[in-house]
Formats: sequence, structure tokens, C-alpha cells
Amino acid sequence: MKRKSFILIAMLLIASLLVTACGSKPAEAPAAAPAGGDEGPIKIGGIYPLTGAIATFGQSSKKAIDMAFEEVNANGGLLGRKVELVMEDNKSAQADSATAAQKLIQQDKVVAILGAVASSNSLAAAPIAQEAKVPMVSSSSTNPAVTEVGDYIFRAAFIDPFQGQVMANFATNDLKAVKAAIMTDANSDYSIGLANVFKDVFTKNGGSIVSEVSFVSGDTDFNAILTTVKNAQPDVVFVPSYYDTVGLILNQAKNNVGFPENVTFLGADGWDSPTLFELAGDAANGHYFSNHYSPDVDSPEAKKFIEAFKAKYNETPDALAALAYDTAYMVFEAIEAAGSADSTAIRDSLVKIDLKGVTGAIKLNEKRDPVKSAVVIKIEDQQQKYFTTVNP
Amino acid sequence: MAMNKKKLLTVAAAMAFGVAIQSLIWLGVLNAYYAQVLTTMSMFIILATSLNLINGITGQFSLGHAGFAAVGGYFSAIITTRIAPPLPGPIVFLVSLLVGGLVAALAGFLIGLPTLRLRGDYLAIATLGFGEIIRVLFVNWKFVGAAAGMWGIPGYTNFLWAYAIAVLTVLFIVNFMNSSHGRACVSIREDEIAAETMGINTTRYKVMAFTFGAFFAGVAGGIFAHLIRLLHPQSFTFMFSVEILLMVVLGGLGSITGSVAAAVLLTFLSEALRQFAELRMVIYSLMLIGIMLFRPQGLFGTKELSVDMLAGMKSKFKFSKN
Repeated sequence: MKRKSFILIAMLLIASLLVTACGSKPAEAPAAAPAGGDEGPIKIGGIYPLTGAIATFGQSSKKAIDMAFEEVNANGGLLGRKVELVMEDNKSAQADSATAAQKLIQQDKVVAILGAVASSNSLAAAPIAQEAKVPMVSSSSTNPAVTEVGDYIFRAAFIDPFQGQVMANFATNDLKAVKAAIMTDANSDYSIGLANVFKDVFTKNGGSIVSEVSFVSGDTDFNAILTTVKNAQPDVVFVPSYYDTVGLILNQAKNNVGFPENVTFLGADGWDSPTLFELAGDAANGHYFSNHYSPDVDSPEAKKFIEAFKAKYNETPDALAALAYDTAYMVFEAIEAAGSADSTAIRDSLVKIDLKGVTGAIKLNEKRDPVKSAVVIKIEDQQQKYFTTVNP
Repeated sequence: MAMNKKKLLTVAAAMAFGVAIQSLIWLGVLNAYYAQVLTTMSMFIILATSLNLINGITGQFSLGHAGFAAVGGYFSAIITTRIAPPLPGPIVFLVSLLVGGLVAALAGFLIGLPTLRLRGDYLAIATLGFGEIIRVLFVNWKFVGAAAGMWGIPGYTNFLWAYAIAVLTVLFIVNFMNSSHGRACVSIREDEIAAETMGINTTRYKVMAFTFGAFFAGVAGGIFAHLIRLLHPQSFTFMFSVEILLMVVLGGLGSITGSVAAAVLLTFLSEALRQFAELRMVIYSLMLIGIMLFRPQGLFGTKELSVDMLAGMKSKFKFSKN
């Protein structure tokens, strides 16, 4: 008897699924007509990894976006209407990013989408946004392929090749390096992409690559490959990887392998995390990495943002938060400039956007990628110190 | 004869249901979001029932299903993107699914031959290792985009494709279960030594179930690739295998209808809980714990839900009323 009741419950659940799937339809049909009509709040969607492997990135992006929406609504909203954020979690996964995009467009009728973080997640959502002609602005996907999906896809971050170029030029011009070694994470397209560009630009600048080694994320013992690198006697070592691995590498380079003081390690935005200092300690001092922004940057926009963020969340915003904040404002500006909350109108004014953002001036090139400056950060006393700004 | 007729009717009714839903999608009554969710459900039905063939029916604890799905997904995408024969889309898609399934089946056969001599935990660990090896191979294979993955895959998958294949998969597995091969598999699950004593070539049947299971996982991988239009090694981690295993265990090890119900239920739950944002996965997990506490044998146990059973319940109900 008990078993039967369970079967019945299970069947009821399945039946209720079909009912909800079909039943919610009629109520919705009339609403379908004006995507972002003239009344009610302007709905903007967000696809961010609030859970899963890169949840910290998603959480810090969400904080900044929430703040941006509150600010705008406190100032009377856009075009006399409130803005409403519909945030969807993609579990850091590709399939969920696609489903979330469908949900935002079909169910919530958003006029634009913010996100996602990882390039692979953005690539899953982008074709759906492109087909539905809803503009999507990714805050931190750096793979060039993302905006190649179509003319409705934008981004707020510079692309991978640019960072590789920045660090190669920095090594040649500022550090006067001629011999470089490269350590890549063979599992990460981000790492491989940056390493390739660094290699091209550095050799073009007249330098030579004396050693190339690779590891995989999750490795913990780098003594062997670090010894190889040390024996090649490079001036700089480029390690485009994430903070968890880099922290260990820097630690072992100084304390186990005994790298000479004059060898400088270089990296990119993947280094940006306090965890790096926990893992590397003193060994991180004196090295450089490129980033989207630095809390020390002396621009009024950045100052205002950092103050507000600290007041609200009691912590210093990282680069992901800054980028997400700029992403939200890109869409706000586009709506204001278009004078309409129509998706196509927003797209058309996004193309022409000229925003003074927290991460620098944002103007888009013909590929809808921003042309903006990168900052180089030096690590001193286990602190990130703004070193210089590199313009494209 | 009567049995066959009934089965034919059931399949015809199931197919008609699929066509009806697809028509609603085409007419725009069901929007693209519902279509995506329903298609995902069908894909998980294929994955769960095919894993049930290995885990539930044959009793071999495999954790490598994500690996087979990855093989199928990648090879079918290679057909539609890298080779792209100049044929109409549906034909290319069908061929690609078949190729994906066959390559996955080959992988299943090659993996199964040595590993199925292991039992219980050892087999689970070996298949888990296999799944990771497959993933790492794709991470390093430049032809399919290595760590960056493949994108720009044509979106051939629609609900009807996934649903029809799911119906065929269920039909195949039910028929297999009721054949002498299937009985042999069940006997291996119940007692391997006794089965061997009875003259059943246990390795042969285990490898057979494993290969069939891998084939359908490969086909499901192909459906996934052409639904998401993106393949990334990160999609096929150990957690994906666990998600499928969860459906099998929740539905009841050995119950095909149970797997179908669990695949539908879990996909639905994961979408229905969207409004809870960050709490979604917590609620989802709590519900799973609850179900497993109160129903450790799974929703359906090893029982099957069938038209006969429903009729039986109805007549009993009438009887008790009298």
C-alpha cells in the first residue's frame, strides 16, 4: 500500500510538470508582444556562476551589479522607469548557461543580458541571445571567440591576446629583459592563449625564449620544472595561470629552488586574489602582473566605486566586481542613449558606447571588444601596488 | 501476439505524444525555454536508462558514463563540424549520432573487456579513472579545440529528436531486459557465482551490457553537443556521471520506468528551484537526501510501471470499493 502511494506521488509530480509546462502558456501569450514594453520596470537579465567551481567570481560580480542597480534606481531609474535585475545562477556550467539564457529571454522577457564570467559559459549562452536578438554583454570572458558569435554579443574586458602583449612589452621596455621563460598550464586555454601571444611579441621585440615548460592545474610540486627554468637563466618568467597554482610556484621558486633575486616573475589577471599571498608569502614580493583595474588607480570613477563598495560590503572590490559594475553601466548608458528599452535599439547604441568606467575608458572596436588600457601591478610587502598603466 | 500489439500501441502512443509536444513548440505555444528543458529531460532519460542497463540490471557499478557521453558528443560534433558532409541537416545529424554512439560503444567494449573482471568498488574506481582519462584526452586534443573546447556546432537537436531517441532507447532496453541476454544479465546481478555455475558466460554479458550502455550514452552526448552547440571538456567531469547515477539510484536500480521518472523529476526540480537562486542546489540536495532516507530503494524499487499495472491498480481500487 505504501509503495503504491509513492508511485502515485511520483506520477502526480510528473503530471504536475506537464500541467505547469502547458498550463502557464495562455497567461503568457499576450505578454509576449512588447519585449520591454513601455510600462513597468525595464528588465535586465544576469547569468553568473553563483555556485560551482568559480562561484567566488560570480558572487563578487553579483555584489557589484546589485550595487549598480540600486544606484540607478535611487536616481530615478532609466527613461523614467525602474530597472529590475533578473539574476540566474549557471552553476559554472555550460548547459545551465544556455538554459538560463533561454529562461531570461523567453520567460522574463529581458531586454539585455549581463554575463557570463567564464568564456565557455558565455559561448553557450551567446548563440541563444544572438538568435533572439537580445544584446548580451559579458563582463569578464576574455576568449576572442565570444564576441565572434554575432553582432549582439559584447564584452567589457579586454581579450586574452592583449594581456600577453602588455606583459611582453612591459618585460622588454620596463624590465629590459632579453631572456624569458614561460610556464603554462596545459589544461587551460586561457594560459595557453596568453603564453602564445607573449612568445610572439617578446621574440618580435628582440628577446628570446630560453625555456618553455608546462604543468596542469592541480599539480602541487613544481620543484623539477622550476629547476629546469632556473638552469636556463632567464631574466623573466611568464606564468599565465591562476592564483592557486601561481602561489605555490612562487613559494617553491624562492624557498626550494632558490631563484636569484633578479629573476622576475610575470603574470596576468589570474593572479588577482588574496589567496596568492597566503600561498606564496614573502616569495610573491617584487613580481608583476597585469590586471583590468587596481584599487589604487586615481580616477574619480574608481574612487567613487571603491568607496561605495566598501561602505556596502565592507571589503575592497576585486577586478571582477569592477568589470561587472562597468558592464551594468554599459547597458544603462546604452538604454539612456537609445532613449528606448528595445533590444535592437540598445544594441545599436552599445556599438557606439563611450563610457568612463571604473576599469578605464570603454570604447568598442568593430569586433565589439573594448579598446582600453591595462594596469600593471607590482607586489610589494604582500600587497598589490599599482605600478603603471599600459595603453593599447 | 497480444503482448506485441500492446507494446506497439504503447510506443505509438508515446511517439504521438512527442509529435504533439513538438507541434506545440513549432506553433509557439511552448516557447524555446520549455523546449530546452523538455529536450534536456529527454537527453537525461537516455543517459539514465542506459546507465541503469549497466548499474541496475547487470549490477556492475560504473561511474564512467560522462566519459562515454563525451566520446559520443565529440565524435558526432566532429562529423557535423569538421567533416560536414554536403547532405541535408537531419541526415548528417543522424549519421553523426550513430558515429558518436558507435565510437562510444567501441570505447565501452575496450574499457569493459579488462575492467569488468573487477567487482564492486574496484570496478567503480576503474571506470571513474577511465572517465577522467577521456576528459584529459579531449583537453589535450588540438583538433577538437583542446582546453578551449569546440563551439559553433550546428543546433540540430530539437525536442522531437531527443524524445524519439529516448523512446527508442527505452524500448530497446526493455526488450533487452526481457530477452534471454537480459535474463542472463539479471542473473549476474543477483549472484555472479551462481550465474557462472549455470553456464552463463558472465564476462561476455557484462561486456555486452556495458557496450550497449556506452552506445546510448554516446548518442545522448551527440544530442547534448547539438543542443548546447558547444563542447567543453569541463562539461564532462565526474560530477556529470554522478548526476546520471543519481537519477538511476533515485528511480530505483533496475527499474527502467524509475529511471525515466527520476530523469524527468530531477531535471524539472533543478529548473523549478531557479527562483531560489543560490539556495537552489542546497534545496535540491536536501530533497535528494530526504527521498533517499524515506525511500532507500528508489522511487520505483525494482518494479516497473506499466499499462497492465495501472489497469491492475484500477481494478483493485474498484474491488476495494465494492
